[in-house]
Order: sequence, then C-alpha cells, then structure tokens
Amino acid sequence: MNEMLIVLRSTLLDILPIVVIIFGFQYLVIRRPLQRLKQVLAGFVLVLLGLTLFLVGLETALFPMGSLMAEQLTSRQFLPAVVTEAQRHWLDYYWVYLFAFAIGASTTIAEPALIAVSLKAGEISGGTIDPLMLRIAVALGMAFGITLGALRIVLGLPLHWLVMGAYLLVILQTLRSPRSIIPLAYDSGGVTTSTITVPIIAALGLGLADAIPGRDPVLDGFGMIALACLFPIITVMGYAQLAEWWERRQPR
Amino acid sequence: MVLLRQTRDSLRDLAPVVLVVAFFQLVVIRQPLPEGLELLDLLGGLVMVVAGLTLFILGLRLGLFPAGEHLAREFARKGSVAWLLLFAFALGFGTTVAEPALIAVAGKAASVVADAGLIATSEPSQASFAFQLRMVVALSVGSAVTLGVLRILEGWPLHLMIIAGYALVMGLTLLAPAEIVGIAYDSGGVTTSTITVPLVTALGIGLATSIQGRNPMLDGFGLIAFASVMPIIFVLLFGILRGGLA
Repeated sequence: MNEMLIVLRSTLLDILPIVVIIFGFQYLVIRRPLQRLKQVLAGFVLVLLGLTLFLVGLETALFPMGSLMAEQLTSRQFLPAVVTEAQRHWLDYYWVYLFAFAIGASTTIAEPALIAVSLKAGEISGGTIDPLMLRIAVALGMAFGITLGALRIVLGLPLHWLVMGAYLLVILQTLRSPRSIIPLAYDSGGVTTSTITVPIIAALGLGLADAIPGRDPVLDGFGMIALACLFPIITVMGYAQLAEWWERRQPR
Repeated sequence: MVLLRQTRDSLRDLAPVVLVVAFFQLVVIRQPLPEGLELLDLLGGLVMVVAGLTLFILGLRLGLFPAGEHLAREFARKGSVAWLLLFAFALGFGTTVAEPALIAVAGKAASVVADAGLIATSEPSQASFAFQLRMVVALSVGSAVTLGVLRILEGWPLHLMIIAGYALVMGLTLLAPAEIVGIAYDSGGVTTSTITVPLVTALGIGLATSIQGRNPMLDGFGLIAFASVMPIIFVLLFGILRGGLA
C-alpha cells in the first residue's frame, strides 16, 4: 500500500506541470472556459489513477519477472557447457536473442503511449491506417532493434556504426516511402521507449554485458535503447511500402 | 459498456507479454520461482496492469486528447504565434525537467563521466553536472516542441529537417568525448513519457486540423520525432563544450 502511495505521488508530480501549463494558458492567455470541464477533469483523474495502477502492477509482476529471466538466460549455468578456457561462440546465446525479440515485441504491443498514438493515427487517416497493424509494425521494429542490440553486446561491435547504418537506411527509405506515412514513422521511434520496455531491456543489456568477459555494463548496457528507437521508423515505413505495393498488385 | 470493451482490449494487449514470459519460464528456463516472488503476487500485479491500462486509455479519451486539441484550436483561432510558441516551449520544458527517468539517467551519467575523469569525482561536482545535464535536456525538448510547432505553422517538410538533424548527430558524434555519446543517444529515449506523448500528439494534430492548408497526416505528426532527436544534439554539444573546459 505504501508503495502505491509513492508511485501515486511521483505520477502526480509528472502530471502536475502539464495540468498547470494547460489550465494556466487556458485561463490566463486564451481566457475562455474549457469546454466540458468536468469531463476533462475526470479524464485527468482517470489518467492519474490508471498510470499509477499500471506502474505498481508492472513493479510487482513484470519487472521482477523480466529481470529474473534476463539474469537466468545470461547466467553461466544456463548456457551450454564449454571446455574450460574455451571461447564461447556467439551462437551459444540463441535463447537470449529469441527472448530479446519476443519480449521486445510483446511489451511494445502493450505500451500505452504507442496505443495513444496509434488511436490518433487511425482516427485521422480515415481508416487507411489500422491501429493494430501500426502497433505490430512498431513492435517488430522494436524487437529487431533490441535483438541487434543484444547481438552487438555479444560481438562487441561499436554502437555508433550500427546507429549510423540505421540512419542511412532511414534516409534511403524516406526517399521511397509514401509521403503521408513519413511523419508518423518518425514519431513511432520516440513513443516506444516509455514505460514497460525500458526496464526490461536495461536488465537484459546489463545481464548480458555482465556475463560476457570484456564488456563494461555501464558503457555497453545502454546501446539497446538507441537502436530500439531507430528500427520502428524503418519497419513502419516498410509496412507502408508493402501496403502500397499490395494495393498496386490487386487486380481491379 | 465502454469500460468493458476497453478492458477486453487491454487484456488482448497484455496477452503477448504473458505468453512470452510463461513460455520462457515453463519451457526454456524450467526453474522454480526464487524466494520472494509469489505466483499470487504476480497474478495480482497483472490484474493491476490490466486495470491501470484500461483506466489510462479511458482517461486519455476523456481528458488529455480533448484538452490538447481544444487548446490547439483556440490558439489557431486567436492567431497569436508568440503565445503558441511560448506554450510549446513551456510544455516541452515543463514535462521534461521533472521527469523521473531523466533524473535517474542524469545521476548515472554524472558518475560515468566522473569515472572517466572528465569532471571531478566529488559529490558537488557530480551533482552540478547532473543538474546541468537535466537543464540541457529540458531546454532541448522545449526548443524541439517549439521548432515542431513552428514547422506546422509554416508547413516546412519534416523529413528534410529530421535528416538534417541526423546529419548533425553523426557529425557531432565524431567530435564528442566517447563517454558522452552513449548518454546523448540514451537521452533521446527517456524524454518522451507516457503522458507527454499523447498530449503533444493531440496538440500537433489539433493545430494541423485547424490551420488552413495543413494536412493532419502530413503536418500533425512529427513533434515526438523532434523531441527525440533534439536532446541528442544538445547533449553532444554540451559534452563537446564541457569536454573543452575540463
């Protein structure tokens, strides 16, 4: 119960600046009453309660479970036995890659900020964008980015080359994609890393960097977030390109 | 009725996570839960997650979305660009400066940079570095939302601006101290919180809908994109300047 109050307080501190700014500008600058004030206030209270419950639930169920599993999958007992002193092959970590992919995709599907953006996108595109398909595209990109991040830690590849490669891919795809998807695709990179995914990826990155000799948990642990932000842009544009191609192929 | 449908959606949204965790736990890891993790607690936590997600999405539709769009419409009607830009800056800065994720990252960053010998390891010097970093990130998000709103007003093409931003990031990466690069890339991800994203999206779409000649699909999105690239640029610049001073 005590924990619930702490989370409630920090969520309240998160919402408070927004409430002050919105109502401040509404009543001091625009100087017109907000339409349906009661409904909007009720909405803010629901957001506050909902987010608090969500975070407390994550902390009691998903985060301990996710970090425990990340720890177990990277532990020395779990990995296939090797002769002493022998180097482990990077393929020995296949369960880690699978876990990274699966947990990245599945947590992104449940990400509240992404649900919000996909609702809006579905609404204003007049039905041409299916919110669930958009979320699946983002989830696949996220999963791919996290898996690549795990592979990077195992192989010890430099982060900035991967990031620059991904940027290059984004730029090339931007030139070929339907114009109306581009802003949404760019936005989808930023929405994926808010509540659920980050703590679990962080645990995975940390566990992996800890288990592999020669990796620094602080320096190698964070690259996953950077990659996880970029690949959804690529898959969302890819989804639009595929949809366009499919449309063109259909006989009329 | 709405509540029921939303609960069903939340259950559907969380089913994949539960399946993934159950599969890895039962098929791959096959170990009993350690002390202190009770199955009952886990189930109770899941119920809270489902209920929380449901209430949050309902609250978005009732409160956050309409409030953001209403403000955007009023600003467009009033036609005061200066106030609108000030609002955009306040929204970006205000929601970022107190963000718990950012405070945590800034503290961690200070200790990394101190270990690397770029700043003194003493408590006050680390605290002041963490504070400066937080201010830099909050300023960057404030200016990102301001620039994004200006773009909507002027109808500038988003992709050219973002690609220019990427080019800047690449160039600065080569110049910045290695310890800052990771922190900078990370700071782009922590700034967009669960409450900020829906509000900023509603603001952008509301503006693009109310201004003549703007298309909500083409012009309404993009604010989040700015808010994720701008912090990287600002933090890299901050690293270069601070690195030069040390």
